[in-house]
Amino acid sequence: MNSASTRAQLCAFVVAAVAFSTACGGGGSRSSSGSSPGSSSGGNTQAIVANAGPDNNYANGLFTTVTVCAPGTSSCQSINGVLVDTESFGLRVLSSALGTLNNSLPQQNDASGNPNVECAQFVDSVLWGPVKNADIMMAGEKASSVPIQVVDSSVAAIPAACKSIGPAEQDLKSLGANGILGIGFFISDCGGACATAGAQNPGFYYACSGSSCSVVAVSTTQQVQNPVALFSRDNNGVVVQLPSVGGSVPSVSGSLIFGIGTQSNNALGSAQIFRPDNNGNLKTLFNGATYEGFLDSGSNAYFFLNTSATGLSGCASPAEGFYCPASPMGFTATNSAGSGLAATNTVHFTIDNANQLFSNTTAFVFPTLGGPNPGLFDWGLPFFFGRNVFVAFESPAGSGPYWAY
Amino acid sequence: MPPYTSLAFVLLLVSPALASLGDDASSVQADQVHLKASTRVLARQLYSVHEMQTQSGSTIRQYVSPAGTVFAVTWQGDAPDLRQLLGSHFDEYMTAASQAVRRGRGAHIETGDLVFDSGGHMRYVVGRAFLRSKLPSGVSSDELR
Repeated sequence: MNSASTRAQLCAFVVAAVAFSTACGGGGSRSSSGSSPGSSSGGNTQAIVANAGPDNNYANGLFTTVTVCAPGTSSCQSINGVLVDTESFGLRVLSSALGTLNNSLPQQNDASGNPNVECAQFVDSVLWGPVKNADIMMAGEKASSVPIQVVDSSVAAIPAACKSIGPAEQDLKSLGANGILGIGFFISDCGGACATAGAQNPGFYYACSGSSCSVVAVSTTQQVQNPVALFSRDNNGVVVQLPSVGGSVPSVSGSLIFGIGTQSNNALGSAQIFRPDNNGNLKTLFNGATYEGFLDSGSNAYFFLNTSATGLSGCASPAEGFYCPASPMGFTATNSAGSGLAATNTVHFTIDNANQLFSNTTAFVFPTLGGPNPGLFDWGLPFFFGRNVFVAFESPAGSGPYWAY
Repeated sequence: MPPYTSLAFVLLLVSPALASLGDDASSVQADQVHLKASTRVLARQLYSVHEMQTQSGSTIRQYVSPAGTVFAVTWQGDAPDLRQLLGSHFDEYMTAASQAVRRGRGAHIETGDLVFDSGGHMRYVVGRAFLRSKLPSGVSSDELR
């Protein structure tokens, strides 16, 4: 399946599922009815798809379409190819994907009237750009005047301290997506540390006067916000639903369901709850040792431990950074809560040779893709196949933080 | 001595050593100043560990060989200033982290002298880097964490 037909499928689903009209495939702004979600049930199921993504080269990327609007207006832009990420918090979109709507989104300023610009810190990369407010619509849900990040270097050059963290992924080619939808269990992207002035501030937020940018304290509610937590309903968490995947395939479709226990389609049921520790991690037991772990739809493989702990060889080019065993190897690990009740669950998974997997040029979804990680268990997108993974938000939106599956 | 004079004096002392990995142990002090961190030194049999706690709660450890060379650095907490910690090896990291295939959380390099691993998620980053050629005899890379 090529990306064009994938997009067409996704758009068809959105049109069918959502009451307001959309302009799928279109690049320009559109008008929507602007209708807010009603109080009736339903309308909480958002289509998601694992495929090659908007740049047609992403391995194990999970994407969706988000509608962004100037606050309180019907001036909106539907943005496809937004990465669904359970280990970041808040919506970030490339300015190129927003188009002219970018000019209609109000800029967030500091007390001196200077624009707040964010250095969003991921593990090995940063996104740089201004904090703006927007209405966010997905499925039949709406969040009003949400602080989002517009990825854009034109407001001010990227500060040296931000560039020292890692490469800035400012465009479609480097990010592989038109944006990132962070739906992890925290509501603000940095938290209390960024609301303080001084050395304990980790430097997510800058105020820029002309080209001169300095780290600034931003309150947790003014920080970039998980938009689902700001919906008027179904706002206490999400469920990522993806089918089992038997082998490498071009595309897999699933659902992102908003709310936990709020409607008939998002009951926790028999899922076990895993509360995180202070670092935001659960515990993973492997070969008699316990590691920190986490469930991350935004990681594109099982990233765990190293060659000496797993017996998995690293890959030569072009799949450097992944594992390349001579033949598929099976593993077993047991997840337990990072704090609170002692839920446990044993996970079986298989790692195959990444260079062999990538030699299948029509496939972009790889359930057996793995790679090394310094002492952590990063349960990436392959973990989500065949599971309903609940992500419960922290207070006050939800009764988390926790995962459940 | 007025405070600003004292500060200038400290910066003058440490300014020649702005990088760490592969440098001599004096660069540890530069990092401590740069990161506004407190330090303690942990003696091991084959090396010493200079452990820094930043005010934001992150931990950075620099491993110093008997010859006085920083042969490894590890970090946990906030995303660190890798230009500072990796020094002349920063560009190797930037190249590997920019590669298109591995996505999301972390980079892995082990092609040359530099071995680099990072992982984690927003608000929590773990990583380590070491130089194979500088690893003291008898030290396993698994000790570096």
